[in-house]
Amino acid sequence: MLRVNRRTFLKTSAGAGGALVLGLVLPGCGRGNEAMAEPVPLLRDLPGDALAPNAFLRVDTDGSVLVMIPSAEMGQGVFTSLAMLVAEEMGADWTRVRAEHAPAHPAYANPARNTQATGGSASVRGFFTSLREAGATARDLLVRAGAARLQVPMAECRAEKGAVVHVNSDRRVPFGVLTADAARLSLPTQVLLKSPDELQLLGRGAPRLDSPPKVSGRALFGQDVQLPGMLIASVERSSRFGESVLRFDAQAARQIPGVRHIVPLEHGVAVVADGFEAALAGRARLRIDWQPARRPAPDEHTAWKRLHAALDTTVSMRNDGNTAAALTRSAKTISAAYEIPFQAHACMEPPACTVHLHDDGCELWAPTQVPEQVRRLAAEITGLPVQRIRVHTPFLGGGFGRRLEHDFVSEAVHIAKAVRVPVKLLWTREDDLQHDFYRPASVHRMSAGLDARGAPVAWRHHIASPSIVARRNPTAVKDGRDKSSVEGAVTLPYAIPNVEVGYAMVDLGVPVGFWRSVGHSQNVFAAECFLDELAAAAGRDPYTLRHELLVGKPRLRRVLDLAASRGDWGTPLPEQHGRGIAAAESFHSYVAQVAEVVVEGDTVRVLRVVCAVDCGFIVNPDTVIAQMEGSVVWGLTAALKGAIRLQNGGIAQRNFHDYPLLAMDEMPDVEVHLVQSADPPGGVGEPGVPPLAPAVANAVFAATGRPVRRLPIRLGDAT
Amino acid sequence: MVDLLVNGRRHTLDVSADANLLWVLRERLQLNGAKYGCGIAACGACTVLLEGEPIRACVTPVGAVEGRRIVTIEGLGGDHPVQLAWVAEEVPQCGFCQAGQVLAAVALLEKNPRPGEREINHAFRGHLCRCGTYPRIRRAVRRAAEWMVEPSRAARK
Repeated sequence: MLRVNRRTFLKTSAGAGGALVLGLVLPGCGRGNEAMAEPVPLLRDLPGDALAPNAFLRVDTDGSVLVMIPSAEMGQGVFTSLAMLVAEEMGADWTRVRAEHAPAHPAYANPARNTQATGGSASVRGFFTSLREAGATARDLLVRAGAARLQVPMAECRAEKGAVVHVNSDRRVPFGVLTADAARLSLPTQVLLKSPDELQLLGRGAPRLDSPPKVSGRALFGQDVQLPGMLIASVERSSRFGESVLRFDAQAARQIPGVRHIVPLEHGVAVVADGFEAALAGRARLRIDWQPARRPAPDEHTAWKRLHAALDTTVSMRNDGNTAAALTRSAKTISAAYEIPFQAHACMEPPACTVHLHDDGCELWAPTQVPEQVRRLAAEITGLPVQRIRVHTPFLGGGFGRRLEHDFVSEAVHIAKAVRVPVKLLWTREDDLQHDFYRPASVHRMSAGLDARGAPVAWRHHIASPSIVARRNPTAVKDGRDKSSVEGAVTLPYAIPNVEVGYAMVDLGVPVGFWRSVGHSQNVFAAECFLDELAAAAGRDPYTLRHELLVGKPRLRRVLDLAASRGDWGTPLPEQHGRGIAAAESFHSYVAQVAEVVVEGDTVRVLRVVCAVDCGFIVNPDTVIAQMEGSVVWGLTAALKGAIRLQNGGIAQRNFHDYPLLAMDEMPDVEVHLVQSADPPGGVGEPGVPPLAPAVANAVFAATGRPVRRLPIRLGDAT
Repeated sequence: MVDLLVNGRRHTLDVSADANLLWVLRERLQLNGAKYGCGIAACGACTVLLEGEPIRACVTPVGAVEGRRIVTIEGLGGDHPVQLAWVAEEVPQCGFCQAGQVLAAVALLEKNPRPGEREINHAFRGHLCRCGTYPRIRRAVRRAAEWMVEPSRAARK
């Protein structure tokens, strides 16, 4: 067994009903933290004789195990994978394991992020040790209690399938019988984690806990929250970014049957009604004069011009060797510019948030990736202490980074404060598309030099784009050096002696935000497409060139090789068909993809995508496969379908008719190949996205002989 | 007053005939399985069955479906072969669109017990999934088709 010192954060205190109640103090959280001092909400509600040795789990007397999931379930499978970490170490019976979203509380901060936020593909890798320790603590208590009950030495007992088993006699005591005894024992000073050969669930997989409710209509999403006496709110906002309400006339809106309240907000006007239809009808009758934005967003043409112009003003973000000199000396130089547009998240569930502000405090039902931030935000708006704010997280109908923003929560709390009855704010799809925090548009100017043998000796990648970090926190970016905007570019994995990466921050007055895989989604596209242009200029095969250049990158090289071999790289294809390959490391995982396309007239059809992934130790293999499949679909929508275009100070798109998503009949065959690894877990939700668009673009290049330099891919584009 | 027949139950509701079916289901009947995704019949999240045919509740006035047999995801009961196949293939990710996807499959398989890829693509053309569960939907439809022909296999799943 692997011996792990128990962290010093477990403290005991006596609780109600004879059960053991623990407060948690996690490393990295100061003792002065006000919220830290309050008991963890789960334990506050502890039924008598249950065992709850820490904030993450409870064993009830019927033997069922409840795992509190500190991350937001938005499709990536954390209800299952994080519960597996606990259940594995406990020896729980998986069929008796339930999962619930943990409330907002510092005890549930992700150790990889020091806050309770679900993002950066960090759930499994962040909680991998702490949740196993939480489960192992329960196992230790239960095994001690079980050994005492059976009057045998603890060393002769183990926990499996929800019972403590005496190995020599095969006598079993179910967990449920032992909870009261176990709760009276002192906590272990150290716990033992299972060794790899003892694992029953991790690496083998377990059925998703959220599938049955999600196919039966029982799963509760933000949109579905119902409270007695609840009203429905809808907010009219300007279609132009940065505008606020100058004056408004709500007389006609008030006359709509069912409209109860009109609530002015800084950036819009809320109509609060008995139902959604009445709220929308009221909205349609509002007359609002808008205060123009101080810096209106430009039109599409001007935006691209400004981005291109900014390329002359980059600051250096990586500088190996002397790229300028190496370019001058090169036997051959090539250059290209790439344009990548704004994109929307377009989660299937538009933003929704329910707030009940009452005499005792404030309760929120917020489908959010950042419950702790939401809690502090609600405290600020209501003026209540943070301990009186309770955040419930329903299932998220998609996240992808959109719900790292809490603009919709802020609106809902402001409205609830004004109307003083439970209120559910619902956004329309039009609201969602027009008021997103978009994946930034970017332009990329690439230059490279080849030596006389065709080997790349110099690489320059200059990027101009709006900065997400600067938008969220303007003081966080010093001297225009935003690392997030250049991720995937500064981490170019190829052994090229002279590399220079530059960045120019451009504020276009368009709200930008984290979009599945963030900077990698753009920078890897430009870099991986340009590498194919280099290969073409050197007369080299794109796969073998990559393989050779991945010196000292064994994990990336391995997935590249695996994708190439499983993707039949190098075998003949019919006319008009092409194969492309791309690879990237992101979020501590490695993914390579081979895409096969057919070009028919001016349309590109993707027939097959072969994906190889090394995400370190795999907790739930089927979830990794599902996330890779989903990343392929996400990437294909961005590669082939629409874009967000600027128009009249806002965006041109309104709904799925002009912002189409990939549909079933456009879905290629997808094969996912997993690399077995003993390395620590890497991210899974995002790393499948970055290689997809360049793999497809490179396949189109192979099929047509014309490089793709703009997304979405349009064959008519002049390059 | 409008009479609605939903999941085998008759409801007499004090709503106008042009009230929207989706919001009547959600707000008046507390049936939240059908989701609002777009409001323009472009995403399929609001799908319900009308006399066995999939329709988009978000653009359907209740007056147009008065007295006719409506089935929502809640009406399938949870152990319909399509639902079991969906679980067996671990189709859902975020799950928001899945009620519509499941009902699309139910309607397809009622009419066509052995749909090919072309028929599956056609039936799901208007059902968007941002999480990208399409490959698993295809597999689950095929599995459900087998189980509906040989129900004993579903029971042994």
